[in-house]
Amino acid sequence: MRKSDQDRIEVLKTCKIFIGGKFPRTESGRYYVIKDRNGQPLANMCRSSRKDYRDAVVAARNAFEGWSSVSAMNRGQILYRIAEMMEERKEQFTGEIVAQGENETRRKRDKGKTRQGESRWLSGGIGRKRENQVTKDAVREVEQAIDRVVYYAGWCDKFQQIFSTVNPVASPHFNFSRPEPMGVVAVIASEEPAMLGLVSMIAPVIAGGNTCVVLASETKPLTAVSFSEVIHTSDVPGGVINILTGLKSELYGHFSSHMDVNAVIFCGNDNKIISEIRQNGSVNVKRAIIHKNIRWEDNSNQNPYLIKDTMEIKTTWHPVGV
Amino acid sequence: MIVKTKELKFSKGWVYAPAPESKEHIQLKSRYELFIGGKFVTPVNGKYFDTINPSNEEKIAGIAEASIEDVNRAVTSARTAYEKYWKMTPAKERGKYLFRIARMIQERAREFAVIESMDGGKPIRESRDVDIPLVAAHFFYYAGWADKLEYAFSNRKPRPLGVAGQIIPWNFPLLMAAWKIAPALACGNTVVLKPAETTPLTALKLAELIQESGLPDGVVNIITGAGTTGAALVNHPDVDKIAFTGSTDVGKIIQKATAGTNKKVTLELGGKAANIIFDDAPIDQAVEGIVNGIYFNQGHVCCAGSRLFVQENIYNTVLQKLKDRMETLIVGDPLDKNTDIGAINSKPQLEKINYFIEEGKKEGADMYQSSCPVPEKGYWCRPTLFTNVSQSHRIAKEEIFGPVLAIQTFRTVDEVIEKANNTPYGLSAGVWSDKGSKVFDVGKKLRAGVIWANTFNKFDPSSPFGGYKESGFGREGGVYGLEGYCK
Repeated sequence: MRKSDQDRIEVLKTCKIFIGGKFPRTESGRYYVIKDRNGQPLANMCRSSRKDYRDAVVAARNAFEGWSSVSAMNRGQILYRIAEMMEERKEQFTGEIVAQGENETRRKRDKGKTRQGESRWLSGGIGRKRENQVTKDAVREVEQAIDRVVYYAGWCDKFQQIFSTVNPVASPHFNFSRPEPMGVVAVIASEEPAMLGLVSMIAPVIAGGNTCVVLASETKPLTAVSFSEVIHTSDVPGGVINILTGLKSELYGHFSSHMDVNAVIFCGNDNKIISEIRQNGSVNVKRAIIHKNIRWEDNSNQNPYLIKDTMEIKTTWHPVGV
Repeated sequence: MIVKTKELKFSKGWVYAPAPESKEHIQLKSRYELFIGGKFVTPVNGKYFDTINPSNEEKIAGIAEASIEDVNRAVTSARTAYEKYWKMTPAKERGKYLFRIARMIQERAREFAVIESMDGGKPIRESRDVDIPLVAAHFFYYAGWADKLEYAFSNRKPRPLGVAGQIIPWNFPLLMAAWKIAPALACGNTVVLKPAETTPLTALKLAELIQESGLPDGVVNIITGAGTTGAALVNHPDVDKIAFTGSTDVGKIIQKATAGTNKKVTLELGGKAANIIFDDAPIDQAVEGIVNGIYFNQGHVCCAGSRLFVQENIYNTVLQKLKDRMETLIVGDPLDKNTDIGAINSKPQLEKINYFIEEGKKEGADMYQSSCPVPEKGYWCRPTLFTNVSQSHRIAKEEIFGPVLAIQTFRTVDEVIEKANNTPYGLSAGVWSDKGSKVFDVGKKLRAGVIWANTFNKFDPSSPFGGYKESGFGREGGVYGLEGYCK
């Protein structure tokens, strides 16, 4: 390595939140520190406030009319564009996942398993084999996340054909029911896998024509910040997807009680939070969708019913007769 | 003070300056081979035929003529690709290939549009704004279905058929190729496609694109030739499916030829669509719909609204407005962006159209043609209509496949439904009325696979298309388009 290369000081990225197609810092000026897998500080994240959330809901509401009237096929193309941009940043995402440390669930699962020739695997230290495995898992997570966006891109102009019906009513009427988006959806993303979970929760919501405000994984938010940059460069209109970082304990109450939010989706296992979200939702009959003990790695957890979760069904009667 | 100004008259003296689409960006070879097993190979018997530009009668390229041996090679290649890779390729990855193809078509859309207009004679405005965008959309739509088939057939496990033999016509060359290839691949089949002999170029350009897309060799094979090539494909014992778009006569032959086999067959055949204008219709919109219905793509449209039924009390108004509108149509160079009606696809087709025009006059109908000039070289037909037509006239019964409209009148709803349904065809129909309940009522009673209400000739990948009765069976497009390629 040449000396000049050695001396070069790396330019670090400031992690910001994503509201209305722009990258502001939190209005509160607060931050929290995320740690890497060795427990060392990795980055300062915006500790978003209630006000940031409310601003994001305004942005999402303003974007709703436009996004929900984009043709279904066009929405599919835009989702596909997201996948294209993600593919290009595959290495970046992988690096971030590795830096943030392996997933807790995976570590627990692998603990105690004896694998031939993998003695260091069990030691818990980061041996080369372990290292390779962590990278492999990260690549897998990124690839699965990209393919998941492609999967929902395909659904954009098809789920209507699965969930619509023509109803053979007895009177001379042409009667049909079809899904329409609910509106603004608040999403509290899964803690882990941070990237795959985030993408798996956002994609079906916007595929149906909703707009959303998302709270990223609290401990592993790096990929969410980069994902917002992908969104920014993928023909997704500003405000359709808004991504905040911050403390879950501080924000879930606001996410579930806002009067101009039509549905809230929560991924997590804490029964206290779940019941509070459901209770809060009742203030405006918010639809509360809870993903408990869900494994986003399973392809059975990608399906059109997740799109339908944030759709209303509209039935139209039209007379038939001369 | 009153200033006297000259009156502005827009009705006369306006001539459109030529606005030709550039050809300099397109890439064409002087000779095209057969696309078999991922490679371009010379035909066994070494025979080639010319594809010509119908707007100037000049040769564009030499095209390989596939013999029976070539058809055998193509089917073997498709079978090998099916057994060796395609059957095992995960559905998700199948879809990703199709997405790729869709995107690459979008990237090269203009080149495809120009070649389509050169080879087939259709106006660039249509190939650029209708054909090619629909081609990309069709691939994009079916790409998404590849890993979702179990949602399309409730309580069934859809499986591919195997090798699909597909024969397409010359009126929408690349669009028909997309209608055939996209759902076939999405459902997991491999393909041998035969484009029409007068319009093979865009299909062969698609072959080049498919080669570049990285699709495994032999999954798509494209062989060129005329009727005998098509017959060899239909009769090949190792083909599991025949999809045909073309004339009802040939469709009947194919149905008969495949009768004793296990081949699955879908046929999209001729039409003689009724376009019905009620007195409560938005007249100006309806006139646009009539023009679009019959003069779109020189009338080379199986679902063309070639039988116009106008309610008697508005007949004079509609006829006058229609004639006025026809006068504004520009017939000429397909590559000119102002052209409304391009060249007739081939000399035999022009002769067929002229024959029917003579036949119409002989049988006593009154002919009217717009007065527009047409170029000297090439195959042209002015927009034509016939009045004083009766149900028994040949021009009202038989498919002309050209810009020739037969107009009849009616008084009551029952009468027009009777007349409209009195045909062996049943591909499409149009209804024009501002009264929604009437539109649904009439639409329900018309025996046709597609009903256009206050619009005409609309196509979308998510919308099924196909006929009743002798217009064929099976649907292309939408969820129902998957059925033809699954068991």
